[in-house]
Amino acid sequence: MEATKAMLARIEAVEPQIGSFITVTHGQALADAEAADRRIASGEMTFLTGIPLAIKDIFLTEGIRTTCGSRMLDNFIPPYSATSWEKLHSHGAVLLGKLNQDEFAMGSSNESSAFGVCRNPWDRTCIPGGSSGGSAAAVAARQATATLGTDTGGSIRQPASHCGCVGLKPTYGRVSRYGVIAYASSLDQVGPLTRDVTDSAIMLGALAGHDPKDSTSVATPVPDYCAALTGTVKGLRIGLPKEYFIAGLDPDVQKTMDAAIETYRRLDAEFVDISLPHTDYAVATYYLIATAEASSNLARYDGVRFGHRAEDAAGLLDMYTRSRSQGFGAEVKRRIMLGTYALSSGYYDAYYVKAQKVRTLIMQDFMRAFGDVDVILTPVAPTPAFKIGEKSDDPLQMYLSDIFTIPVNLAGTCAMSVPAGFSAAGLPIGLQLIGKPFDEETILRAAHAFEQATEWHTRKAVI
Amino acid sequence: MRFQPVIGLEVHVQLKTASKIFCGCSTAFGSEPNSQTCPVCLGLPGALPVLNKQVVEFAIQAGLATNCSITPRSVFARKNYFYPDLPKGYQISQFEDPICQHGWLDIQVEGQESKRIGITRIHMEEDAGKLVHGDVSGLEEGSGVDLNRACTPLLEVVSEPDLRSSDEAVSYLKQLHQIVTWLGICDGNMEEGSFRCDANVSVMPVGSETLGTRAEIKNVNSFKFVKQAIEYEIRRQIELIEDGATVVQETRLFDPTSGTTRSMRSKEEAHDYRYFPDPDLVPLVIDDAWVQRTRDELPELPEQRMQRFMTEWDLSAYDAEVLTASRSLAEYFEACVALHVNAKAVSNWMMGEITRALNDSGTSIDCCPVTPRLLVELLKLIEGGTISGKIAKTVFEAMWQSGKEPATIVQEQGLVQVSDSGAIEAIIDEILTREAGQVAEFRSGKDKLFGFFVGQVMKASKGKANPAVVNELLLSKLKG
Ligand SMILES: [Zn+2]
Repeated sequence: MEATKAMLARIEAVEPQIGSFITVTHGQALADAEAADRRIASGEMTFLTGIPLAIKDIFLTEGIRTTCGSRMLDNFIPPYSATSWEKLHSHGAVLLGKLNQDEFAMGSSNESSAFGVCRNPWDRTCIPGGSSGGSAAAVAARQATATLGTDTGGSIRQPASHCGCVGLKPTYGRVSRYGVIAYASSLDQVGPLTRDVTDSAIMLGALAGHDPKDSTSVATPVPDYCAALTGTVKGLRIGLPKEYFIAGLDPDVQKTMDAAIETYRRLDAEFVDISLPHTDYAVATYYLIATAEASSNLARYDGVRFGHRAEDAAGLLDMYTRSRSQGFGAEVKRRIMLGTYALSSGYYDAYYVKAQKVRTLIMQDFMRAFGDVDVILTPVAPTPAFKIGEKSDDPLQMYLSDIFTIPVNLAGTCAMSVPAGFSAAGLPIGLQLIGKPFDEETILRAAHAFEQATEWHTRKAVI
Repeated sequence: MRFQPVIGLEVHVQLKTASKIFCGCSTAFGSEPNSQTCPVCLGLPGALPVLNKQVVEFAIQAGLATNCSITPRSVFARKNYFYPDLPKGYQISQFEDPICQHGWLDIQVEGQESKRIGITRIHMEEDAGKLVHGDVSGLEEGSGVDLNRACTPLLEVVSEPDLRSSDEAVSYLKQLHQIVTWLGICDGNMEEGSFRCDANVSVMPVGSETLGTRAEIKNVNSFKFVKQAIEYEIRRQIELIEDGATVVQETRLFDPTSGTTRSMRSKEEAHDYRYFPDPDLVPLVIDDAWVQRTRDELPELPEQRMQRFMTEWDLSAYDAEVLTASRSLAEYFEACVALHVNAKAVSNWMMGEITRALNDSGTSIDCCPVTPRLLVELLKLIEGGTISGKIAKTVFEAMWQSGKEPATIVQEQGLVQVSDSGAIEAIIDEILTREAGQVAEFRSGKDKLFGFFVGQVMKASKGKANPAVVNELLLSKLKG
């Protein structure tokens, strides 16, 4: 209860400067905290009992407004909760609120949110990253002990990198997607954003596992992720893909990667130069597959049963057109149109089918590489956080900011972002560790060892 | 010029599963609007489909019964279009890899040789909801959406364009209807839309190799309407061509009141459904063992059973066909003959009294109050001479009404046949004395009067006298 009250006070104090939250669930938080106190008193507690968490507004919460960052769902109160939140709640976790995000998780800067700007706690003129911008900013601004995000093309790892926290995207199928508003169903995955690697392991342990309500979730047994944090990476084979260390990489990012490699060398890890030859095609492939799926996933927002409905529509077609024109923002419309085009008769083979074939090649790149190495180390993003408004008029530049994270979603495997340093301007920079499918243990172990050897994660944004 | 019609049918078969295809909601018909819904069939954000295995089981059964091959790895696809009764803005169906492919049925039109009709594919899909207009309680004005039917499992059975007449189309449709109801995977109720049909119709000059432009006719929901719609459409297309006009590719709607079809939308207005594999559902893998298990558990199909009835029970082709019109009827017959070897008597009673009584009362054989055991009891009373065949019909009526044992009815109503020659002799003597004039006429050669005397004796005995004994005694007394 004390922790929850302190956190609610902190949210109130710093929220005007940050904008991490769309909804703060005061009443729910206090009720959850009270229930947690009773649980603790009765001795039935886990690591998560009473821990104040906040979750991206993409997760359905029964009886609590869920907007997905969109005008379209301004008035949407779900009748059920997402499996992932239910799992955390069943451990006695406390819900502080619902976090800001890019509209329908489409964006890399949180600027497409219909619910106001979210600022980077390290520099309030910069973006926090996206689409789980609020989830990363809330951890960095110490408005929640940990948060939940979703990652379709880097939406957990990129904001984690920009805000200096630990962000984990588990293997596709590791965590249930039930009750998570879909953007691109074959790429979306739920994961935690935390202050350190141990918290990340605890959160993943609670989230992972098969859900009979999600056919794409997998029955692979859930290991004890905390037990994987041995502190040693001696003999660990780390791959460095040449396609990710390109000329023109931001010098601060390059310097941070060099230092990280040096740290791992000191810890007796081994480095292997590898190649992921189809990396160049990843962004194009992603923007065909993700938008195609999105164009279909977002068809249900038609004003008929829930969400925004235009008033005084003249007939059915007009109701559809006006409801959707008013309810969706520019980026969402852009992606629906792209995706509809990619699936259209006459273009389907050239775009969607071709993209699926390239996706297979990208997947094979990773599987081949993992024949030689245990993990792959890369930058998370080509630059530190950029200024608010800097790229909002240039979608293509914005899309390229996910160039290092997108291939992981296409391959369906796991990866995480770990704080690895700061730019000259004082902005956090993360390193990405990519693991084999369902081998979250190894990247957690590697991340943990790095964390033990450095002190980046102990630095706090001053607010 | 003479024209050859070319017809293909697309049949939607609603499956009789307890729950829907992608969620746990009930499929029962006729509940309060939207009472049988959940986040999945309402298409709420975040909801995901989970495939009902029973639907797959039924689809494999339908495929095997129609000689299809079962696709080892079939894929669900999204069919995208906007309509208020379609909650997700797409229908989950199958497109490129349907569960069953390349099947056939042999049909038989009276007076023609048997003909093989190809089945292109059978695929699984979810149904949409329905719109409710105007006067509905709680609905002041405008239209409402009832999603109880949304996500109900359907099979779509697509035939090759092998049908050449409305009679062939009806014959094919009836056979398909018999198979799916026989398998117990569909209730076959065409009025409620459990078995509905779209017809693709075109005509081409006799001898031509090139198919004409086709029209797709929607909403033909009885065997009679299928015949009407196809015949109307054939006439319409021939008249168009003979008048020098062309047939346009379009979707037409059948109007049952006028028996005509009218244009619904042209090819240009047709939807681009943007089919693509549904990423929420993993590919459906069906191994050989699963197919084999289903094949082993498949019931004997109507055609095979009819042949067996002919050889095993020596029934005529006609009788065997009538008795295998439905699986319940065939099973009733087999339950009877298992208790009673006179198959011919069972068959006669089923095709006579039982069919009549079922029709009169609108009852199905499953609910027949005279169970196979009771019918057999009745037949035994006839064979044992306890009652005559004529009295048996009276007893049957009483059994139908009361459900009582035939022996009880015979006893209660005193219907036991009188075979005692002394008692019958007394009746005969009395009648011969009373009808002395007629006796004289008979003896002078008017043989036809014999029937009159039999009738009088039976009447006097209230039908209970054993006809054989009556005949024998009458004859000896009249001649004596
Ligand atoms: Zn349902």
